[in-house]
Amino acid sequence: METHAEAGKEGKPSCASVDLQGDSSLQVEISDAVSERDKVKFTVQTKSCLPYFARTEFSVVRQHEEFIWLHDAYVENEEYAGLIIPPAPPRPDFEASREKLQKLGEGDSSVTREEFAKMKQELEAEYLAIFKKTVAMHEVFLQRLAAHPTLRRDHNFFVFLEYGQDLSVRGKNRKELLGGFLRNIVKSADEALITGMSGLKEVDDFFEHERTFLLEYHTRIRDACLRADRVMRAHKCLADDYIPISAALSSLGTQEVNQLRTSFLKLAELFERLRKLEGRVASDEDLKLSDMLRYYMRDSQAAKDLLYRRLRALADYENANKALDKARTRNREVRPAESHQQLCCQRFERLSDSAKQELMDFKSRRVSSFRKNLIELAELELKHAKVSPPTSLPPPGTRVCVHVWMCTRVCAHVGVCMYMRACVGESSLS
Amino acid sequence: MAAEREPPPLGDGKPTDFEDLEDGEDLFTSTVSTLESSPSSPEPASLPAEDISANSNGPKPTEVGLDDDREDLFAEATEEVSLDSPEREPILSSEPSPAITPVTPTTLIAPRIESKSMSAPVIFDRSREEIEEEANGDIFDIEIGVSDPEKVGDGMNAYMAYRVTTKTSLSMFSKSEFSVKRRFSDFLGLHSKLASKYLHVGYIVPPAPEKSIVGMTKVKVGKEDSSSTEFVEKRRAALERYLQRTVKHPTLLQDPDLRQFLESSELPRAVNTQALSGAGILRMVNKAADAVNKMTIKMNESDAWFEEKQQQFENLDQQLRKLHASVEALVCHRKELSANTAAFAKSAAMLGNSEDHTALSRALSQLAEVEEKIDQLHQEQAFADFYMFSELLSDYIRLIAAVKGVFDHRMKCWQKWEDAQITLLKKREAEAKMMVANKPDKIQQAKNEIREWEAKVQQGERDFEQISKTIRKEVGRFEKERVKDFKTVIIKYLESLVQTQQQLIKYWEAFLPEAKAIA
Repeated sequence: METHAEAGKEGKPSCASVDLQGDSSLQVEISDAVSERDKVKFTVQTKSCLPYFARTEFSVVRQHEEFIWLHDAYVENEEYAGLIIPPAPPRPDFEASREKLQKLGEGDSSVTREEFAKMKQELEAEYLAIFKKTVAMHEVFLQRLAAHPTLRRDHNFFVFLEYGQDLSVRGKNRKELLGGFLRNIVKSADEALITGMSGLKEVDDFFEHERTFLLEYHTRIRDACLRADRVMRAHKCLADDYIPISAALSSLGTQEVNQLRTSFLKLAELFERLRKLEGRVASDEDLKLSDMLRYYMRDSQAAKDLLYRRLRALADYENANKALDKARTRNREVRPAESHQQLCCQRFERLSDSAKQELMDFKSRRVSSFRKNLIELAELELKHAKVSPPTSLPPPGTRVCVHVWMCTRVCAHVGVCMYMRACVGESSLS
Repeated sequence: MAAEREPPPLGDGKPTDFEDLEDGEDLFTSTVSTLESSPSSPEPASLPAEDISANSNGPKPTEVGLDDDREDLFAEATEEVSLDSPEREPILSSEPSPAITPVTPTTLIAPRIESKSMSAPVIFDRSREEIEEEANGDIFDIEIGVSDPEKVGDGMNAYMAYRVTTKTSLSMFSKSEFSVKRRFSDFLGLHSKLASKYLHVGYIVPPAPEKSIVGMTKVKVGKEDSSSTEFVEKRRAALERYLQRTVKHPTLLQDPDLRQFLESSELPRAVNTQALSGAGILRMVNKAADAVNKMTIKMNESDAWFEEKQQQFENLDQQLRKLHASVEALVCHRKELSANTAAFAKSAAMLGNSEDHTALSRALSQLAEVEEKIDQLHQEQAFADFYMFSELLSDYIRLIAAVKGVFDHRMKCWQKWEDAQITLLKKREAEAKMMVANKPDKIQQAKNEIREWEAKVQQGERDFEQISKTIRKEVGRFEKERVKDFKTVIIKYLESLVQTQQQLIKYWEAFLPEAKAIA
């Protein structure tokens, strides 16, 4: 199935809301994206006046695996050991959505045509939302790289942005995946060893504090993210529940010949509106809350990785010190030991300095992002209750309704409530 | 008459309520309250029937609630003229004495509305049934509450006792306010007594709540968790609704068994309601036999009204079932949403704790609080969903089953009549044969039998007519009740939804400045 998305336009959810310093010398965006059966093709557009590039404006088509390749290239580069590497975008995953669409297509005879149409619409909207999100994640990754003064000057980055051909980067095969997995295990074991190592004392309070903070923060934010996801899914479930209820009420209403007819039909309409409302609430919570939490979960993991690298450097430094001492006592190979120790010391100090800066950036980034998203979340939640009043005014004969409309409050933030009251007014009198 | 009837002037009594409305919600509650406690109608319905009832009935009821009841009844009565016109015939042709006798299959019960007021000769120029309704309008002065479930006894012999409180000004009860303790099997016993007396003559007897072995066992075993308290609450509410429906029925209200149930402090234990008793097994066998019979009876429906109604009820049944299933899913998911929101609130609070930026930390804790309150809201809404909406639907699904049962009884009655006619024919043939064979003593016997069967045929016909009439009346009453019930519930449900929305708004509005305050 092919889907295009105008990712650069306002529809894009800017969930991570990375606060990028307005440096316009290198602007990267994903201007288009196409979803084909298994993969998504992103069109990366760059505008730059920097001397590294041959042209000022150009675009290339990239797939997810190429993004991962770029990310790994950064991680493996020793030069960037002191920096927080922006987290890699998650793989585009349409499986769940696709399955649901398929199940719907297989058909359920008890479902009426309108219900089917509505459910299909919902699923398609979900598919589209996932698509937009994955585009946004990939874009944010590139934009953070472009905004970082050091990271943007990476050669691989230039290649990624400019090289017209396919980078022939294939997805990791099983061996490589396993290798990556083992590397992670080794890393965490190593970390445990280092921290447990006697004599390895953290010299800097700042880092000590940051470390305890990040460890706890990361676990808790991961927890919060998972639970926010569950809330969002429950909201979606609820919205979907309204579909059959609304349909059943309409058919009940059309069958009745007495006063219940209007009541049922109105109630059916109301449930339809509630459904849309719940759906929007769910998607907003998803964007503003879940996605933000997820992004900062990954970002805090990247920060933790940075701390690990620094710690590793410190351990190396300590080891070099010990080796130097030993060499000096034995008075053998002192020169190499000295130079090695020098190197380690420099490396450690370099890492510490940049890490400090990076971590403070991380904090301010985090705070401003949370602020923006929480405000937007609250505003959206309020906005949903401020749904515009129904277009059909109730017939003038119904006294109560007339009064309802007369007593309209200017801030129609009881829009939906008004509609409900109108229903009630009518049904109580009809 | 239909033309001159106007909707009751609801607004008259309280003009001020509509004017200075600041809060939309006040408007709403005033609307509802005017509906319910409609002013002691300065000008009640302009039906001439009013005068008659004023004369024939005793002291006018002082309860305000009744007036509304009556007005609503009439608002619907006039609009439904076309639907129920067949009903407008004097139903009670012959008035046996007021006593209600236990029914045997051959005698016909003509339950007399034993009201204090009906002793005066009833005027026949208006339909008798309307007058009865007005009279009944006065008599619906009884309020029933079921409350205070308490566990009596221990272990597997334990049971829940409920307090049944009655408030009434009817003279047939000895006191005006009284209460008794009853257990669930007592309710079932009441229902089975009423059903055996009235169901097969065409009265729609409201069904009792269902037994639930699982639920009760949990309670007996003594698990004091939320699911068993929920179960008890659900049952209590169902019992209350059951009794309220039963006393609304004018005929059933007169029944001595019902009176005994409400009044007497000691009630013989209804053992026949137990599933595994002899009576229980007999019931099951009868039900199976009935189901088979239903399939074999082919009735010549002379009256299209019945066929139409049956079809209507079939459709209604199907749709209510579908709706009920969907609403149950809704309740379940809303409960899930509430649980998930609570979990999220907790983790947001923990996140706020570990956040070292103070303003953000505070905002996150605020978010956690908001989510907690929202969780409460969801829970309340789930309760509303359930108790108002879902339970109403399941009640009506069972009621419609009772209605279908009544139609089936009519069929059985017809079958009996048919059979009697066939037998009469056979007897006549036999007599003719005897005439030819010229056996004088057998002829006499045959003549006797013919007379007997002629009487039975006549009786059968009368029974059939009676049950048909009763069913028409009952169905009309049922429809009215249904419309009223649904409307009330829909209004209440909408109210709850409105309230939830408004609360949500309040919470988020309180949160917004906190979020903005993050430096």
